[in-house]
Amino acid sequence: MKLLIRNGRVIDPASGTDLQQDLLVEDGLIARSGPRLERTVAGAEVLDAGGKVVCPGLIDMHVHLREPGHEYKETVETGTRAAAAGGFAAVCCMANTEPANDTRAVTDYILAQARAAGAVRVYPIGAVTRGLGGKELAELAELAEAGCVAFSDDGRPVMNAELYRRAMEYTLPFGCPVISHAEDTNLSHGGCMNEGAVSTELGFRGIPAAAEDTMVARDILLGELTGAHVHIAHLSTAGAVRLVREAKARGARVTAEVAPHHLVLTDEAVRGYDPNTKMSPPLRTRRDVDALVEGLVDGTIDCVATDHAPHAQSEKEGEYDGAANGVVGLETAVPVLLDRLVRPGRLDLSTLIARMSVGPARLLGLPGGTLAPGAPADITILDLDRELTLDPATFRSKGRNTPFGGWRVRGAPVATIVGGRIVWRAAAGGEPGR
Amino acid sequence: MAWKRKDLLGIRELDPAEITLLIDTAASLREIGTREIKKVPTLRGKTIVNLFYEPSTRTRTSFEIAGKWLSADVINFSVSTSSAGKGETLLDTARNIEAMRPDVVVVRHSSAGAAELLARTLRCSVVNAGDGAHEHPTQALLDLLTIRERKGHLEGLQVAIVGDVAHSRVARSNIYGMRKLGMTVTVAGPPTLIPPQVQELGVKVSHRLEDAIRDVDVIMMLRLQHERMSAGLIPSLREYARYWGLTLDRLRASARSDVVIMHPGPVNRGIELSPEVADGPYSVILEQTQNGVAVRMAALFLLAGAKASQEAP
Repeated sequence: MKLLIRNGRVIDPASGTDLQQDLLVEDGLIARSGPRLERTVAGAEVLDAGGKVVCPGLIDMHVHLREPGHEYKETVETGTRAAAAGGFAAVCCMANTEPANDTRAVTDYILAQARAAGAVRVYPIGAVTRGLGGKELAELAELAEAGCVAFSDDGRPVMNAELYRRAMEYTLPFGCPVISHAEDTNLSHGGCMNEGAVSTELGFRGIPAAAEDTMVARDILLGELTGAHVHIAHLSTAGAVRLVREAKARGARVTAEVAPHHLVLTDEAVRGYDPNTKMSPPLRTRRDVDALVEGLVDGTIDCVATDHAPHAQSEKEGEYDGAANGVVGLETAVPVLLDRLVRPGRLDLSTLIARMSVGPARLLGLPGGTLAPGAPADITILDLDRELTLDPATFRSKGRNTPFGGWRVRGAPVATIVGGRIVWRAAAGGEPGR
Repeated sequence: MAWKRKDLLGIRELDPAEITLLIDTAASLREIGTREIKKVPTLRGKTIVNLFYEPSTRTRTSFEIAGKWLSADVINFSVSTSSAGKGETLLDTARNIEAMRPDVVVVRHSSAGAAELLARTLRCSVVNAGDGAHEHPTQALLDLLTIRERKGHLEGLQVAIVGDVAHSRVARSNIYGMRKLGMTVTVAGPPTLIPPQVQELGVKVSHRLEDAIRDVDVIMMLRLQHERMSAGLIPSLREYARYWGLTLDRLRASARSDVVIMHPGPVNRGIELSPEVADGPYSVILEQTQNGVAVRMAALFLLAGAKASQEAP
């Protein structure tokens, strides 16, 4: 079983490669790369990547697949098909399902669904506390043994610092990070958007940046106390970027991610009360956006993760303050970031690829994230010139809740390969394929 | 000038000429209330639905009377008697009401943006009768009409808006209207009741009542909701009244002798206003209520009546 990806611009940030060459896949693994490999390789399926970028399969370490329990929002099948169509070869799914992924049985179920119907690799993230209740630890050792790659109560913080400290200590031997949803719920209570001039004008109680910053500081300090690897999910504030940068400078084991919407939108987008601009943490200010981009460029922020949060239409069409938090991201992340950050020169292409492949792979200890010989043949092919209009009606995800609907963008994935198998290809003609 | 909008959602989106048109129209319609037979046929055959998701006596009654004086059929649809209590969503309710062919829906809701949501969804006109802490445009219009009557003009006047500005849609709509008409606005209250970065709305901020009311033409006192205490925003009603209650002594010591005292009601006597101020000669609170009917007649007339006359054969 051979696949020859011919004549692409091969970018592999892990090895610093950026060369026009061929890439050979054999038996689900990267075999080798080099110029004009077809002269020496016989019997391979050939994929022409002329004019395209060939990079490690992208990894989204923060998605909500909603299964079990909220299958009306998303399933492992629909969520992973969305991932494939967005250029992602692997996703990590958060534990806030129903029941929560706080026992081995749930992890086993998710992995079974992924084997049966998953289009891409699925790595579950286990709950920190039972039922995400914040009161007692979940069965963390068994979750790790079952295949959870990290622990998080994402969607809510562990407000009890003592309990969180113990979770960090208990999980030390497993080598999995704890992932913090950094939000002081006393400070954020009742808020549904960023606190500032726009919330004052729109008449909403705001969520101050300090609701995030204080918890980022707390969790960094708890990480330093315990020696645990703390990963901060979805940074949204300039203050959080500064705190992570300072912690890294003094050698703390902290990593961080940022979501595409926080990199390109501000709280100005809330004007008009579209619930598709509502998420947790909320859209912040221009100053925060600039700090997040800077942090992504300089490596303070290790990866981009979408926080893909599908909801039913009825949960995202009514009153703004009553609407569900979250937006889908798997099928918009790459086009939006290529168009809004890479094209204007704010972020170079290989850095973006690094933050979406080797970045998350390294911090979670996942296979993949590189095109080195012997690595799993997880590959994404990008067409920097592909123009499209982001249209929620075409999404594979059940969730249509995006703030990017109608955006004209240039640059998009065109094929996703997992373990040497092409799991998705864009249809010809520019519109996304089925 | 002619009214062109389908809806009246807020003062922020109006230009000064539109605000003046509404006030002028209200001033001319007010005379209807002084007639022996308080009814004109202007909106005969029109249906107005009052859709109130928050308790309100004054505003709902005011809209109802305004509609009835203009001969419209007015239906009150309030949360306690409707299917909203059965879990029907705002959008479901609105679509069902629209199927009954109203000409205007007047909505009050605790969520900011609810009126805009309805306006986007419904083909009929929508009047915002208060959405969360966002806007309450007819209240600002009746306040402006009341001030103009008392002072003869609006431009150049100085106003202090005092109290719980953070949670007040009345304050926001008035700030927009007053700024657009050339008035100067100071908002005053303890910092916990002043919304963040409110200066960006073009107002000054004061944290001392005596300073805020000095030399102003108008003092607008806001109602203090008792739940602000349990939310930790003020220590006690007693302390609030001690520092932020407008008493006759404080008024005489700091304010001008021709100052006008306003309040959107209902008044907490003894908290934000002492009884002798609320019921005294400076107070225009009952004029505000009277002008409320006139302003709502103007809004309903411009949205439903003016449109009908344009469409008439």
